[in-house]
Amino acid sequence: MASTTASPQDLAHGQHSLLARIFTQHKTRAYINAYAAAILLGIVLFLAFFLTGNGLGASGGMNRVIVYVEDLIAPAHVDSIPYLANMAGGDTNPLDSWVVFVMAGTLLGGFLSGYFNGRVKLETNKGPRISNRTRWVMAFTGGLIMGYGARLARGCTSGQALSGGATLAVGSWLFMFAVFAGAYALAYFVRKAWN
Amino acid sequence: MNFPLPLAELFGPFGAFLVYLLIGVAFGTVLEMAGFGKSTRLAAQFYFKDLTVLKVMFGAIVVAMILIFLFTGLGVLDFSQVWVNTTYLWPGIVGGLIMGVGFIIGGFCPGTSLVAAATLKIDGIFFAVGAFVGIFIFGETVPMIEEFFNSSNYGRLTLPQWLNIDTGIVVVAITAMALLVFKGAEILERVVGKQTQKQPVWRYGAAGVVFMGALLVAFIGQPADLYAMPAEEAVIAGPDALIENRMIQISPFELLALTNGDTYNMELYDVRSEADYAAFHIKDAKNIALDKVGSITEELIFAPSNTIIVLMSNDEVAATEAWRTLVSKGVTNAYVLEGGVNGWLQTFAEGRFSESMWAGVDEMRYEISDALGETDAASAPDPTLWTTEYTPKVTGEPLLIAPASGDSGTSKPKTSGGCG
Repeated sequence: MASTTASPQDLAHGQHSLLARIFTQHKTRAYINAYAAAILLGIVLFLAFFLTGNGLGASGGMNRVIVYVEDLIAPAHVDSIPYLANMAGGDTNPLDSWVVFVMAGTLLGGFLSGYFNGRVKLETNKGPRISNRTRWVMAFTGGLIMGYGARLARGCTSGQALSGGATLAVGSWLFMFAVFAGAYALAYFVRKAWN
Repeated sequence: MNFPLPLAELFGPFGAFLVYLLIGVAFGTVLEMAGFGKSTRLAAQFYFKDLTVLKVMFGAIVVAMILIFLFTGLGVLDFSQVWVNTTYLWPGIVGGLIMGVGFIIGGFCPGTSLVAAATLKIDGIFFAVGAFVGIFIFGETVPMIEEFFNSSNYGRLTLPQWLNIDTGIVVVAITAMALLVFKGAEILERVVGKQTQKQPVWRYGAAGVVFMGALLVAFIGQPADLYAMPAEEAVIAGPDALIENRMIQISPFELLALTNGDTYNMELYDVRSEADYAAFHIKDAKNIALDKVGSITEELIFAPSNTIIVLMSNDEVAATEAWRTLVSKGVTNAYVLEGGVNGWLQTFAEGRFSESMWAGVDEMRYEISDALGETDAASAPDPTLWTTEYTPKVTGEPLLIAPASGDSGTSKPKTSGGCG
């Protein structure tokens, strides 16, 4: 945890020195207290609603990036699926949406905080009993499942649970219980991956 | 009522996007500082070892909830302009279960994987790429599950409305529940997680302030019209209300005027049997079987934006069913011919066909033995001869129907919302 050098060991040696120089300027600091994070996140969430009327979102922005790429490659195909055409039919630019900018900001903010706290570091976080490769396959698989589920539920942890939770949306509260139920139900069977 | 701000009006489109970008930066920063870029920390939640996820999520929801309802209670924030996620009950629950499975296998959710990827966590990058693929697959396969995806739509529904309990009481109850859950989480972290680290004492002070805030929300109360929809929406609560209030049934005279005018691109769909259609139909009406009506939505994408769809059956039953199908797929420019083809013939055929005594509901009431198709004069009456007054229903504006499409959030016309 403490102040080990943030050297990106896994990287090719040519890039090693440059990256290492950039990312070891800042000492690795510990994460902030969970309750402090909760209060800060609550204020950010409130400000999002207070200023814009919209909450937060992540998977919606990712969705629009995907549809944007699809629309570049196969515009006729996008127009033939109402769900996609809704975002990118005809001249509509799918990136012309608030959630895309929130997503870009999330990436930027995550990087900045990681940078100044010395946590930008090429690494794989996993349980001690599995290999990096297994972890990557699981991350990809989990991401795929999560991406599908998030769109079916019309929002992810940010767009449904946080945003809908704070505005007391019935569906969002039930959604939240479902996410925890799904994860807890399977946790035992993948315990090796994390413990 | 000055908030939320009309961002695009105030700052222009780019200024508005800059505000969203800054909100995103704050969001990403807080997620990273909480340690949500680290999958092992997130996954520990599900082995009761480190309940940071629960504390941060539930805590943030409570803090934001209290602040939102404090400001709506003070009349500063207009709740009707705040996006409330549309409740699609079963798609939300099934999607949530699937997400839970993805969470424990992959170790992130979409938002946290972005933060992980931004801080060069390789597992975060793999997860984010996987999420893109999953989202892509959903977009490609959504037509196959469209019916389920649009099912159990309860519209803009909040817990206080659903439970019929005062908003302030719900806020206090959720806050109290959260504080108890946090206490329980700390016990679990000590017992299961063997955490010895001392929790800061200030958290009790914070808990006190938060609880006082919740009590304050209950004390100041909420405006009586907190959950009222904006005025123009009051009449459009859902498809049933539109049908019952006769908002979508257009008079034969209106249809005649519309088909002879050039304001709209008219698409007439006749959902009767082929035999009825062959016997008589209105000029330019296309015959389509009731169970094929859903396919019209695909043609609609290429239709001009001034298109108006009019559905007809012998009476109104099948046409209304067809209308529901279209609306469930997000169509907002469809209408039903009032009185159906029977009503049309009664109005325009001037008694040239004899009425059958045996016609049941939504059956052909006139005896037409030849296959007249659209050759009869009543198929295309002369509009100059018919100047009867009628109440126009078609305004050119899309029908505002409690959300049928996940993205645009029609329950909130001014801005779109949601994680769409």
